[in-house]
Amino acid sequence: MQNSRLPSGGRIDRKRPLNFRFNGHRLQGYAGDTLASALIANDVAVVGRGFKYHRPRGIIGSGAEEPNAIIQLGRGATAEPALRATQVELYEGLEASSVKGWPGVKFDLGAINDWAGAALAAGFYYKTFMRPAKLWKFYEHFIRRSAGLGTAPSLPDPDTYSHRNAHCDVMVVGAGPAGLAAAVTAARDGARVIIADEQSEFGGSLLASRESIDGLAAPDWVALQCRTLTNSKNVTLLPGSSVFGYYDYNFLGILQQCAIEPGAQNPGRIRQRLWRVRAKQVVLAQGAFERPLVFCNNDRPGIMLASAVSTYVNRYAVRPGRRAVVFTNNDSAYQASLDLHRAGVNVRCVVDSRPGGAGQIAESLREAAIPVHCGSIITNAYGRKRISAVEVARLDLSQRETLECDLLAMSGGWSPAVHLHSQAGGSIHWDDDRHCFVPAPSVQPNRSVGACNGTWTLATCLLEGHEAGLAAARNSGQRLPRDQFERTVSAAPKPANDAANEHATTPLWRVPGARDPERLPKQFVDYQNDTTVSDIRLAAREGYTSIEHLKRYTALGFGTDQGKLGNINGMAILAECLGKPVSAIGTTTFRPPYTPVSFGACAGESIGSLYDPVRKTAIHRWHEDQKAHFEPVGQWLRPSHYPVNGEDLQSAVQRECIATRNSVGIMDASTLGKIDVRGPDACKFLEWIYTHNVSKLPVGRCAYGIMLGEDGMIKDDGVMSRLGEQHFYVTTTTGGAAGVLAWMEKWLQTEWPQLRVHLTSMTEHYSTIAVAGPNSGRVIEKLGCDVDMSREAFPFMTFRSGNLAGVPVTLSRVSFSGELAFEINIDSRHALDTWLKLMEAGREFGITPYGTETMHVLRAEKGYVIVGQDTDGSVTPVDLRMNWLLSKDKDFLGKRSLARSDCKRSDRKQFVGLKAIDGKTVVAEGAQLVTGQPGRIPARIPIPIAGHVSSSYYSAVLQKPIALGLIRAGHTRVGETVLAIGSNGVEVPVEIVSPVFYDPKGERQNVQ
Amino acid sequence: MSRYSVFSLLRNAISHNRNWPQAWRSPAPKPAYDAIIVGGGGHGLATAYYLAKEHGLRNIAVLEKGWIGGGNTGRNTTIVRSNYLWTEAAQLYEKSLKLWEGLSAELNFNVMFSQRGVYNLGHTLQDMRDIERRVSANRLNGIDAEVVSPAEIARRIPYLNMSRTSRYPILGASFQGRGGVARHDAVAWGFARAADSCGVDIIQQCEVVGIRKRGDEVCGVETTRGFIASKKVGVVVAGHASVLAGMAGIRLPIESHPLQAFVSEPLKPVLDTVVMSNAVHGYISQSDKGELVIGAGIDAYNGYGQRGSFHTIEHAMAAIIELFPIFSRARMLRQWGGIVDVSPDACPIISKTPVRGLYFNCGWGTGGFKATPGSGWVFAHTIANDAPHELNAAFDLARFSSGALIDEHGAAAVAH
Amino acid sequence: MLIIDCPYCGERDETEFSYGGEAGIARPQHPESLTDAEWADYLFMRSNPRGPHRELWNHAQGCRRWFVAVRDTVTYRFSETAALQAGASGDAE
Repeated sequence: MQNSRLPSGGRIDRKRPLNFRFNGHRLQGYAGDTLASALIANDVAVVGRGFKYHRPRGIIGSGAEEPNAIIQLGRGATAEPALRATQVELYEGLEASSVKGWPGVKFDLGAINDWAGAALAAGFYYKTFMRPAKLWKFYEHFIRRSAGLGTAPSLPDPDTYSHRNAHCDVMVVGAGPAGLAAAVTAARDGARVIIADEQSEFGGSLLASRESIDGLAAPDWVALQCRTLTNSKNVTLLPGSSVFGYYDYNFLGILQQCAIEPGAQNPGRIRQRLWRVRAKQVVLAQGAFERPLVFCNNDRPGIMLASAVSTYVNRYAVRPGRRAVVFTNNDSAYQASLDLHRAGVNVRCVVDSRPGGAGQIAESLREAAIPVHCGSIITNAYGRKRISAVEVARLDLSQRETLECDLLAMSGGWSPAVHLHSQAGGSIHWDDDRHCFVPAPSVQPNRSVGACNGTWTLATCLLEGHEAGLAAARNSGQRLPRDQFERTVSAAPKPANDAANEHATTPLWRVPGARDPERLPKQFVDYQNDTTVSDIRLAAREGYTSIEHLKRYTALGFGTDQGKLGNINGMAILAECLGKPVSAIGTTTFRPPYTPVSFGACAGESIGSLYDPVRKTAIHRWHEDQKAHFEPVGQWLRPSHYPVNGEDLQSAVQRECIATRNSVGIMDASTLGKIDVRGPDACKFLEWIYTHNVSKLPVGRCAYGIMLGEDGMIKDDGVMSRLGEQHFYVTTTTGGAAGVLAWMEKWLQTEWPQLRVHLTSMTEHYSTIAVAGPNSGRVIEKLGCDVDMSREAFPFMTFRSGNLAGVPVTLSRVSFSGELAFEINIDSRHALDTWLKLMEAGREFGITPYGTETMHVLRAEKGYVIVGQDTDGSVTPVDLRMNWLLSKDKDFLGKRSLARSDCKRSDRKQFVGLKAIDGKTVVAEGAQLVTGQPGRIPARIPIPIAGHVSSSYYSAVLQKPIALGLIRAGHTRVGETVLAIGSNGVEVPVEIVSPVFYDPKGERQNVQ
Repeated sequence: MSRYSVFSLLRNAISHNRNWPQAWRSPAPKPAYDAIIVGGGGHGLATAYYLAKEHGLRNIAVLEKGWIGGGNTGRNTTIVRSNYLWTEAAQLYEKSLKLWEGLSAELNFNVMFSQRGVYNLGHTLQDMRDIERRVSANRLNGIDAEVVSPAEIARRIPYLNMSRTSRYPILGASFQGRGGVARHDAVAWGFARAADSCGVDIIQQCEVVGIRKRGDEVCGVETTRGFIASKKVGVVVAGHASVLAGMAGIRLPIESHPLQAFVSEPLKPVLDTVVMSNAVHGYISQSDKGELVIGAGIDAYNGYGQRGSFHTIEHAMAAIIELFPIFSRARMLRQWGGIVDVSPDACPIISKTPVRGLYFNCGWGTGGFKATPGSGWVFAHTIANDAPHELNAAFDLARFSSGALIDEHGAAAVAH
Repeated sequence: MLIIDCPYCGERDETEFSYGGEAGIARPQHPESLTDAEWADYLFMRSNPRGPHRELWNHAQGCRRWFVAVRDTVTYRFSETAALQAGASGDAE
């Protein structure tokens, strides 16, 4: 069972054993364990395999920096790849497996690469597999198969994610000593505080500390601070929440782990919540990462960071080994030797590279009778699946000695976690005394405190946190009333032990060897990507000397730990190669996220049906009841056709077309954009927007209008109705509605602010019902209408206001089908009711609802364009033969562009009708038009393209196919036969004809 | 240049890799060159390479203010395709694609061009019209392209959400099998190494701060390492085109915007092609390392900050989950931003300028990576001959006056 | 994510706004008298500076008013937002 569980201590609940499986083995841990600590308790040494050389790997760290213990958690839809065992909290039934190794982690055939090492050095893949080019995909297949840290689930995610926005005065990142001190102080000063820590328990390093603060044992002090914060109404505590991104304007992203069981399904519960926080002030107290030491075979299982060893012993009460050696270049690792000693582990010695050894803490080791070898190093480690011994030597490599051990705790000094400071735009600089990057002054309102500021002693961390909390609260301005705290802010917390007498870290970036590093066993710098010292030296030799080149060439820092462990060592080793100080190497950018964030959490609620809002007309429900087929148009859902008796699209459309042409059809046109334009200068304004003479439009009349971009290309079209001298009502296309209104507003406000005009969107307020066909007027009259519907009293392109079935409406006599037709504009509240009444009244005429498809056919029969289908941003009104709409009397937007040389070319693509020569082929919409005879087009690629088919249908009323398109100089080529060639490559001869196929004289709109 | 091969790998392995030569030199700038290329990204290095190789110029410098390949070359989603709508664009990108197909061998550097195909999804009837139009045009332009049915898409791309009831159901796609992805850094390094071996001086940490003219003729550039003379200066600096143009008193129809992208943690192979969607704005592929590589939308505002806003990332994530619901539990490992130089017609400018001897290559917007070799090839021709090649003749600055724009906005699917 | 100080409503999140590009591009008084190149200069050419940029923003999901701002295109910091003056294209001159 848990052979390496210590008999007592730790922050685990021994009354709650938890069963779990790792690589198929049944194991047990306790509540409070991480998967990593539970694996150590069960003496599992090999947890994974290296990326390139497939060497056995063990747990090295205890948190976000872990590069080796990458596991796949759970199964099925809730599986999670690439998690760090050090961050996975144990739960009952947890199932995890290693992500590397075939057939398994214990025996991995890929380990053969370890022997081929030198041929697989950095960048080897750039130097081979170059020819033949086709074979690359073959090699690549195997490379791809060997890559990857886990498998994506093969089922959709059943879990729920949520977003929450929050504002605060002071955001504290990290709840270790400095962060807690900052949060408590800021809260006492009345600031609204949010404090987040990636661990589920606040306290950070204090949870594994044996210090005491303000007379309390460190964990008790933490508990007291947490109680204080929990009891404050102005504080939000976010445990288990990783602040992953620090963006502009003090915007921070926090990923909160809501469900305890990350691999389990949590129906009805939020699995993760993404907090989007705007903070007035930010205190960064994220701590620091311990650096590994770089020596031969430093990747063997059983070699761990010293701080991780302390954490496992003190916090989780597990023993990562039985016979330990400690290797360090600074004082902090001495604590690990003491912790191990207290836990009953045989600490054989501390190997300290510094000739002078440690400061005050060395005393404690003497008391514990732990030998210290100063000025010594570890040059090699032995044992493959677990270390069995290490080689110790003097710095000059003399006095070599092999020491048996199964645990090596190492510390190469500390790197402050400057990630968020850097993400926030702050620069960092190399500190030659502390041998690490420390934050330079920030550019956003934030302060770094504690270890992430390069501050190592507990007393100073607490003091910095306290002062920063106070300053942040004071600088955040507005404050909540201080109702629950004393007005005086207490002094900074103080630890019992102020380790002022600490000896400085002495850099040891790479343990020297008797031979070139290239000829020694591998010395790993980046564990996850298997980047070694010789890789870095090779990159430098080949000229990849910029740190960014080095990283990209060797993959240093590109693992899922993003270089938290290896980057600094790697930079220093590069500096050594180049004979430069580390400060001259520069640093790479710290990019978000600090730790990985699930896609689901980033997307939040905006998935599935909430991916994009659905806009529905007031009549939508009726369409649904009729089992209409819908198509998305912009954000709207519009009926495309109404199949009956299992009709397919084409039969439905033909039926709808015939019914409309022969009697009456009805369409929900509510999605058209509608803009109310009014004010003394409304006419003047619209003169700029539209190309025709707006002032000549009498009140009561409608006009078709187009608008151009300033580039002269068709932007949108619609019908303009003049409701009064200073009052217009214009419609736009469905898709263009929002854009057109915004565009009009921009011109109005920025270019012509002196014009007194108000623009109001009426799209949602009014519904539009189009009733088209020879019987349309009769249907409307049947409802009881006080408008004289006679042709004389209500001529084409006019509108009338009146009452229809007792409801006020505006009727427009406009037609997009060429038939007698009316558009009923009606308050959306009455739309459905009126629609139903029209359906009832129309029954005797066989009134037929039609959708967008039929509307497209009807208008194509008349040669009317649809902006966005027959135009594409490169089409002018002249190309469409709409010259009649272009006023010569005024300037309008886009007019000047029409006079540019390219717009005046006579061989521009121009709008034409197209008729299949065989009289039966419906050419594909989008087919290209090529000049030439069938089978005779030039074989030389590229084949010149003359134009394309923009619309193409079978016309039921004409009993033949019709098409519209744009073709070079089309207006002069009527009668010519060209080829339409679709994606299937079939050549269809088509004749260029007038685009008006039906009722060319336009008589039907006056049928009554 | 010492050739790379499996034999050189083995030979060097025996000597513990201690004898590899520098991939390219780091020379000090000479006082004068026959041609100067400003910008050491993929396009600039390719230009220098082809100038040396195809046009026989030997005395060439590439000036890079930071490290080569450090701009958009190293910040994109590595998609390569040529299925553009208009003949002018299609021919230019197709030239590039053809060069890609032989690039590893040409440069003796494996740029890992992997022709795993590119799908552009259609979600509306108008999308499908546009796809039909683009595919049929592509075929006339000699570009491999096909329209793919939903059933076929479902077969070829497992895990893609083919539900008819999703917000924007997938109605079909266009497919270009010769499209794919490449290793972005390797392109810069491969061109650098090959150009260097032709005698090109690649000078890093050398920022151009001024363009010196004599009359209406260029005579050199002021740099942070002093004045360097040349009668031919080609500027290809992506996001910073306007800044460099300003030094020569030229205005460009360019606006620089942030464009963001991100990758997931590495996963076992799950997506073996490139999927792009216009309506559900996202594009995604999986790298050889296993990372899902995802492009987000462009941020609306002008920006030189190499970073954008987080909500843009959120939108891209939602789009990806909409397309691939199984990726909801994948995790974003790294996000970054580049600066894209957007032109009014979503097409590049590869052109002479009013200043004699000064040439600009810019305006690639979100789609420059795929054009790297072709862009260098035509730009080299333009510089060497003081006249454009027929492939880039339409991409001149004059089109903004004449109105002969090549509008690749609407119909060319996502312009990436 | 930017915070933008709407001159009418105060500070709001970027997502409430839409961007309108460079400010101060007045529409020429007599386009017909311009050469194609001069017209193109108005239509397409932009200063696109690296640094302070006078630009237009619209509080699209708020008051719907356009206003002018000065923002640094590198730091993304706004140094000023102001209501449009009566005059062309948000140019206060």
